[in-house]
Amino acid sequence: MPDRAGGAIFRGKLLPYALVVPQLVIVAIFFLWPTVRAIYEAFQETNAFGTGARFSGFTNFASAFSVAGEVGTIEVTVILAVITTVLAMATGLFLAVEADQVGRARRVYRTLFIWTYAVPSAIAGTLWLFLFEPGLGAGAKVLVDLGLKWNFAVHSLQAFALLVAVIVWQQAAYNFLFYTAGLQMVPRAVLEAASLDGASKLAQFWQVVFPLLSPTTFYLLVMNVLYAFFSSFAIIDVITQGGPGNATTTVVYQVYRDGFQNGNTGLAGAETVFLLIIAAALTAVQFRFLNRKVFYR
Amino acid sequence: MRERGLSQALRHGILIFAAAIFVVPLYLAFVAATHPARDLLTGVPLLPSGQLGPNLWRVLSRGLPNSAPVTTLMANSAVMALGISIGKLVLSIPAAFAIAFFRFRGRMVAFWLIFITLMLPIEVIFFPTYQVTAQFGLLDSYGGLILPLVASATATFLFRQFFMTFPVELADAARIDGSSPLRFLWSIVLPLSRTNLAAIFVLEFVYGWNQYLWPLIVTTSPHSATVVMGIQEMISSAQSFAVPQWNLVMAVALLAMVPPVVVVVVMQRWFVKGLMAGSS
Repeated sequence: MPDRAGGAIFRGKLLPYALVVPQLVIVAIFFLWPTVRAIYEAFQETNAFGTGARFSGFTNFASAFSVAGEVGTIEVTVILAVITTVLAMATGLFLAVEADQVGRARRVYRTLFIWTYAVPSAIAGTLWLFLFEPGLGAGAKVLVDLGLKWNFAVHSLQAFALLVAVIVWQQAAYNFLFYTAGLQMVPRAVLEAASLDGASKLAQFWQVVFPLLSPTTFYLLVMNVLYAFFSSFAIIDVITQGGPGNATTTVVYQVYRDGFQNGNTGLAGAETVFLLIIAAALTAVQFRFLNRKVFYR
Repeated sequence: MRERGLSQALRHGILIFAAAIFVVPLYLAFVAATHPARDLLTGVPLLPSGQLGPNLWRVLSRGLPNSAPVTTLMANSAVMALGISIGKLVLSIPAAFAIAFFRFRGRMVAFWLIFITLMLPIEVIFFPTYQVTAQFGLLDSYGGLILPLVASATATFLFRQFFMTFPVELADAARIDGSSPLRFLWSIVLPLSRTNLAAIFVLEFVYGWNQYLWPLIVTTSPHSATVVMGIQEMISSAQSFAVPQWNLVMAVALLAMVPPVVVVVVMQRWFVKGLMAGSS
């Protein structure tokens, strides 16, 4: 992080500590300690009665992510992240580009698109569950009329597709907002110059506008992946509970299962460590990006 | 010009169509909430009926079997959301002020300790955080719902970014005038931060209200549930009726989404400002 140009201004002996300590205490208790705990537990094996524990090396990691015939939770999570990120970003970008060219009506469209992002994920899941409940939902009926044997409680692919739809429905709004803001920053002169060169509208967009949007795209990539990895839990718990089988069990959902339903703290610890590594990697990426932006402004 | 008018019309057409697609799940939820349950057995009707009032009254006053009345759940959600948003402001403004305006030993350590948590959603460490919260005896309490979610550094980071844009002369002038740092914070920094305060408050309120996983594991009795996480229990309860009570579930869903959606749409300028601040 860059420092303030002239350095910090006030000098105090106790005051600055008094100001930061409350937040540091909360961070220490509810972030640092749990993190240390998870790492410790990841290397412990509790006996069947939960009365003792011993060091067990990487056993927990091995059994947490061993894939026995079925699709693994890491694969489910990564595939979910890739598909929803691509679809939600494409939708958001497309709508933002369209809305950018309708002049002042842009503001109206912003309101029309922003609200799905404000809907709590669990409630979004509830609305879509009602829509696609086999035999009852309006959407389910349409799919059956189209000749599909719709029952997402049985067909893995259908369950997965339903989750993707809900996540895209929510995240497209977020991407729309950021791309709309990004497009405002594109200098008109650049566009005019490009159109004088005789470039087609589409070529102008991909060769001139889209590269200028790359900071936004980069930021959104990280945020969308983060959403699919972590915030998708509510939607999954409401609609599929990770099923059928393990077809929609993400790593976060697996921690929930192992930690709360099966009471296996070692497994849950190992999986938490895995999530920490993912989050740390995403944080590092984001920090590089934030730093660069701060420097070049 | 005519061609231009045509392509503009097409553009509006595409946008309105997309907006309509987005609104379908909400519209059908609304329609369902206005009908008696048996109307939904043969498929969701296309037009609303007159049962919205009775359905809302039923869930607000009695709830569904195995769940508390929705008024209780909404009150819990409100306490949680306000606790998180106010708590974050109270913790993060002093911390960000100290880091941006003071030079003290351990400043960078404090900075990094706080900012490590920036991208760490509660979903990453919810399991060990649950164990720690249990050790403190905070399960099934407002403290347990609120405190662990107050820890994240987003607000501190945003305030620190904002404070760094203050001209150095401003603080210099205050110091030369002999006013104390706290006075400078209170009478100059805070008034200048009004819009940022509002933006972060709105952002964190919505964040707090929309929580699902954390209240799900921390609360145990139906009366301490929040409305967003309580919906799960209500869905299974509604499905156990001979005639599934989807109309009631949809009434609860509408109630649960009204506060965040209204806040975001009405205070859109602030909300968007808060969101964007995180990216720059």
